[in-house]
Amino acid sequence: MYSEKVLDHFRSPRNVGEIEDADGVGTVGNPVCGDMMSIYIKVKDNSIEDIKFKTFGCGAAIATTSMTTELAKGKTLDEAMKITRGQVAEELDGLPPVKMHCSNLAADALHEAIKDYRKKIGEESK
Amino acid sequence: MDYGAARPVRSEVLAAMMPYFSESFGNPSSFHTKGFDAVKAMNLAREKVASLIGAEDSEIFFTSSATESNNLSLRGAAVRYRKKGKRIVISEIEHISVINISKELTRQGFEVESVPVDETGIIDLEALEELVNDDTVLVSIMAANGEIGTVQPIKEAAEIAHKNDAIFHTDATAAAGQIPLNSSTMNYDAMTLSSNDIYGPKGVGAIYLKKGLRLKPHIIGGGQEEGLRSGSENIPGIVGMGKAAELMIKDMKGEGGRLMKLRDRLIRETLESIPESYLNGHPRKRLPNNANIRFSYIEGEALILSLDQLGIHASSGSACVAKTLEPSHVLRALGLKHEEAHGSLVFTLGKDNNDDEVEYVVRNIPDVVKRLRAMSPLTPKELR
Repeated sequence: MYSEKVLDHFRSPRNVGEIEDADGVGTVGNPVCGDMMSIYIKVKDNSIEDIKFKTFGCGAAIATTSMTTELAKGKTLDEAMKITRGQVAEELDGLPPVKMHCSNLAADALHEAIKDYRKKIGEESK
Repeated sequence: MDYGAARPVRSEVLAAMMPYFSESFGNPSSFHTKGFDAVKAMNLAREKVASLIGAEDSEIFFTSSATESNNLSLRGAAVRYRKKGKRIVISEIEHISVINISKELTRQGFEVESVPVDETGIIDLEALEELVNDDTVLVSIMAANGEIGTVQPIKEAAEIAHKNDAIFHTDATAAAGQIPLNSSTMNYDAMTLSSNDIYGPKGVGAIYLKKGLRLKPHIIGGGQEEGLRSGSENIPGIVGMGKAAELMIKDMKGEGGRLMKLRDRLIRETLESIPESYLNGHPRKRLPNNANIRFSYIEGEALILSLDQLGIHASSGSACVAKTLEPSHVLRALGLKHEEAHGSLVFTLGKDNNDDEVEYVVRNIPDVVKRLRAMSPLTPKELR
C-alpha cells in the first residue's frame, strides 16, 4: 500500500523534534481527526536555516511531514511557500488516494509556520 | 496476531476439501452417484456444524459468509414477520453488516433502536428491557465482540426478546469455538456462524434457525437449502467448514485455556511496561483470544506499521485504518473520545501463537510506543 520512499521516511524520519526558540510555528489538524502536525522553523537571511516537526498520525502523516521538512530545509521562504501538497506526494512516489489528505496537511503546516514567522516580524502574509 | 481479520485454513480441513474440487466434484442436485456423494458430504458437514452448538442438522443452513448470514437473518426475519412489529433492536457494537442492514431496513419502514453498552462493552440489559416492546419483531445482539472481546449476556437478552414475542438473533462470528454457545441453554432463535473464524475456508458461512422459524430468502433460484438460500452449494467450502467445526469441538476446552493464558500475559505485561496504556473491553468477560489496548498520544496505523516491520501483525480501531476514515464505532460506544480510539491496538491470538511469540511482542512494544511518542506533539514532557 505504501511506497518504499514512504516506508523509508516512516522508519527514519528526518528532522524530528522541536525548536525551543523557533522563529515560526505552524500547527494543523487535531487529535480528534487523528492527524496533527507541528512544524518549527528557524529563519536566517530569509531562508529556512533549520526545521523540525512533530506529528500525531499514521504512517503517511509521519512520512509526509518528514518529506516536507526535507524539501523545505535551506530554501528561501518564498520557495518554501511554493512547495505544494502534490509535490510532497510526488516526492514520496505517490500516496494511496485515502492518504492524500495527509500530504495536504504537511504542506499546510509548513506554510502556516512561514506565515507565523512573517506575522511575528510584522510582514503581511503573502 | 491478527486472527480476527483472517485465519489460515487448517491442513486437515484443506485435505478434507481437496477431493471435492476434482474427483468428487458433483452437484447435490444431480440424481447420480456423483451427486449423491456430494449430498452425503454436505449432510456430514451439516451434522458437524450443528454439533458445534448442540443443534439439530436440520437447523443449519449454509451461506457464503457471516455477512450474508447476518443479512439473511435480519432482513429475512424482519420482512417475513413484519405483521408482528416494525421495531428492530440491535446493540451499538454490532458488526458493520448488522448495523448497515438495519439502516437499510429503516428505508423499508422499519424502526431501529440501538441498546447502549457500558464502558467495558457489555449491553445494558435494563435499557434493552425498555427498548424491546410488543412492536418489536427482532432483537439482534452479538454473542461476543471481535474487536474488544467482550462477551454478551445472550441468554438474558434472548429472554427479554421472548417476553415480547420477538425473534432473537445472535452473531456468533467471533465467539464460536471460543465460548460455549449451546442452542438449548442459550435459547436463541437464529445464529450467524463464520467458517474462517473457526479455521475453515473463506467464502462459506452458516446460519442456525430454530426449528419452526422461517425467513424470507433473498437469494432466489433453484431452491437449495430448503428454499432458504438458492445456488449450487459450495461443496468444498461446506465440507471444509464441517471439518473445521469437528476439529474445533475437539480443541475448544484446551485451546480456550491456552489462549487465555497467552492473552492475559500479553495484556498484563504490556499495561505494566508502558505508562498511559489501557485495556479496552471487559477484563474477564472477554474472548480468550482478544487483547485490545490503547496508548495515549499516538496513532494506531503507525503502531501497526511499526509492528509489521518487526514481523508482528495486529489491527486497530483508528480512523486511519478504516475504509470510512471514521474511528471504530465499537470504541466510541464504550465512551472513548476520538483520540483514544485512534490509539488502539488489537491483537487476536490463534492456534499458531505461543509463549515465545508473546514474549517477543511484549519485549518490543515499549520501544515502538516510545519512538512514536517521541515524534508526537501531544506527548507531555514527562513521557518523552
